[in-house]
Amino acid sequence: MRQTLFVLAVVLAVPLEGRAAYPERPITLIVPFAAGGPTDVVARIVGESMSRTLGQQLVVENVVGAGGTMASTKAAQAAPDGYTLIMGHMGTHGAAPAVYPDLKYDPAKSFQPIGMAAGTPILIVAKKSFPAKDLKEFVAYVKKNSEKLNEAHAGVGSVSFTTCAFFNSLIGAKPTRVVYRGTGPALNDLVSGQVDYMCDQIVNLVPQIQAGTIKAYGVALPQRSPALPDVPTTKEGGLPEFQVSAWNAIFAPKGTPPEVVKKLSDALTKALADENTRKRLLDLGADLSDKAAQTPEGLAKLVDSEVARWKKVLASASKDAPPPAK
Amino acid sequence: MSTLVSNLELGFSVAFTFHNLGLCFLGCLVGTLIGVLPGIGPIATITMLLPVTFGLPPVGALIMLAGIYYGAQYGGSTTAILVNIPGEVTSVVTTIDGHQMAKQGRAGAALGIAALGSFFAGCVATLMIAGLAVPLTRVALLFGPSEYAALMTAGLAFAVVLARGSILKSIAMVLLGLLLSTVGQDLETGVDRMTFGVASLSDGIDFAVLAMGLFGFAEVMRNLTVDQARDVVHAKIGRLLPSKAELRQSAGPVVRGTLLGAILGILPGNGAVLGPFASYALEKKIARDPRRFGRGAIEGVAGPESANNAGAQTSFIPLLTLGIPPNAVMALMVGAMTIHGIVPGPLVMTRNPGLFWGVIASMWLGNLMLLVINLPLIGAWVRLLKVPYRLMYPAIVIVCCVGIYSVNNLPEDVLLTAVVALFGYAATKVGFESAPLLLGFVLGRLLEENLRRAMAISRGDLAIFIHRPVSAWLLFTGLVVLVVAVLPSIRTRREQVFVEE
Repeated sequence: MRQTLFVLAVVLAVPLEGRAAYPERPITLIVPFAAGGPTDVVARIVGESMSRTLGQQLVVENVVGAGGTMASTKAAQAAPDGYTLIMGHMGTHGAAPAVYPDLKYDPAKSFQPIGMAAGTPILIVAKKSFPAKDLKEFVAYVKKNSEKLNEAHAGVGSVSFTTCAFFNSLIGAKPTRVVYRGTGPALNDLVSGQVDYMCDQIVNLVPQIQAGTIKAYGVALPQRSPALPDVPTTKEGGLPEFQVSAWNAIFAPKGTPPEVVKKLSDALTKALADENTRKRLLDLGADLSDKAAQTPEGLAKLVDSEVARWKKVLASASKDAPPPAK
Repeated sequence: MSTLVSNLELGFSVAFTFHNLGLCFLGCLVGTLIGVLPGIGPIATITMLLPVTFGLPPVGALIMLAGIYYGAQYGGSTTAILVNIPGEVTSVVTTIDGHQMAKQGRAGAALGIAALGSFFAGCVATLMIAGLAVPLTRVALLFGPSEYAALMTAGLAFAVVLARGSILKSIAMVLLGLLLSTVGQDLETGVDRMTFGVASLSDGIDFAVLAMGLFGFAEVMRNLTVDQARDVVHAKIGRLLPSKAELRQSAGPVVRGTLLGAILGILPGNGAVLGPFASYALEKKIARDPRRFGRGAIEGVAGPESANNAGAQTSFIPLLTLGIPPNAVMALMVGAMTIHGIVPGPLVMTRNPGLFWGVIASMWLGNLMLLVINLPLIGAWVRLLKVPYRLMYPAIVIVCCVGIYSVNNLPEDVLLTAVVALFGYAATKVGFESAPLLLGFVLGRLLEENLRRAMAISRGDLAIFIHRPVSAWLLFTGLVVLVVAVLPSIRTRREQVFVEE
């Protein structure tokens, strides 16, 4: 309360140029997925911290549908006044153009990047009884027997879909891709052994791995994740090319005024430097190491490189995809 | 046994603080209110209230959110009985006999048995969770896609039993419901099906749209064309609680419904929706005079209501023991726990016993509170029925419109509901019923997804349904139910033919 009053006092003391200082009412942060998922949790944690710096509440609004593209379309068409933001991620602002041919927005052209919040590393996990001791054996087994294996993913356009498409194309595997409505059901069938393996974000998997209900073969990070110190990196396991992170970043609609962008970007940097926020994110297994992408320019570069990368990966993956089961 | 007692003691000591009791009450109250209001449901409410819970300790937050969830089950039955509008998917079956009872002036008995049956189910389910959580989880893990597909197919057979009139028409409505469930984005390919370019249909037709259209608006239209009889019927208030005889009649259905609902609720993937339908089908089949069903049989309310509350409670089991949410509401609970720093998983039971047992104890307390909230309200609800219909129906229409709009903030949804209502009105005029359509719709998506998943895993081999024992048994059960349901009508038609000759 006192902070809000202080900020208000400062804001009012500054001579106005005919345009009121930003922000003077709550800001909507659209999350393209259901409440409780990894992107939503990151958005709420970071949003809470940014609210304190900006002096106005960042209110999370979940807009679910079409793999996050409905929310992104809505955010792209919102007024560029800094009061509507979106927590986009690797899917909505990276892989979407490759997955959805008639996408109604362009990740680079329809948005003004603010900065990356946090990335959630990707893990390669398999059912408890999978016959492999480590990543090397796993890759060898999958390469040899891929036609007999079932790989679970959470729907076209989801993180598990795109990252495993990448993994499969890297090692030349052609498993049957079994689709689920969300990570929960997919994880459930992995635990019960109905499907063989999956690539998913660390946040969802840590408790299962710690309890031993599923096996983790590798984490796609340059160094081991503090949340799972016993899981080797893909580099250690002999597959260094598999480096991918489900990054979550804040975007504003194109045309947002530069002072607003600067304010938001500063608030984000401050939030990510705050000890409490960092601890909560790291406890979840999130990865805060990519400092370059935390600036608007760095994020713009990331978006461009990601869109290009996923176009290439998913084009080659669809060529290799096995024909649908008759 | 002694560990169970000591665990429950721990749980109650956590749940019985002034703070947590207050949160439980608040959750139950909010849940009841949103259950009564059509359209807005527990998912939207929990999403909206999540930020409010940030200042609360994790146990308190979970207790409140859980209260909202099963409170909504209690509330949904109220509108189902009073105005024939199912507040939740699970209240659809309650409309069949519950509303008939209301029309006969027995609304009090219907509401009363719904509350009492739900309370009994809640107590039993809480005990089941406390004592059998881990073994039950192992049962749930036996269920793979082929078992689900078989279960849903058996569920469709129940739809036939739901029919009050012609079996053929009932099957037609179920098939239509199945067709409607395919509207939307195909999960496997990401391509839109039958959306006619309307972006809001990409996620499928909303259940609320169908329920409001077929049950809400269509009912209003039906009543407006027959309004002479209506005021006379509503002159009687009747008893406020079920009579001793009705209680005795309901005892069996309540117990059976509880068991059915409890078992189906554990199954991940929203098995809980089948509970009420299965219970209704069972009660109708074993009743001495099945023709009473559809005309105000109290067993048709007691069984399904117990089933839906038992299912709502046991659906917490996969969340608490495995950390895997079985449906969208539980997924929100996962989020709530994660935001509070407790990542749900198999180790929560041992690492946070206070949280685990506290939530279980609060479930029982929540049920008690809901009984205390709902029983006295019966008098108020029943008096509401005496309001002249010309004043009631505009209120119903407005509340329904607001309810539909509140789901997605889209005016197209309200228009779609109106179109569905026109269809529903025409259909009932010609003798088709709406409940089988809703059942087909609800089961359709689950059936299709699991069928295709099972086929993908078996590489197209249909025999997988017979090779796996659980799915084989479920299919067999479904076949038996179907045959038993259809047989009498074949026999009567043959008799009719003979008589005419």
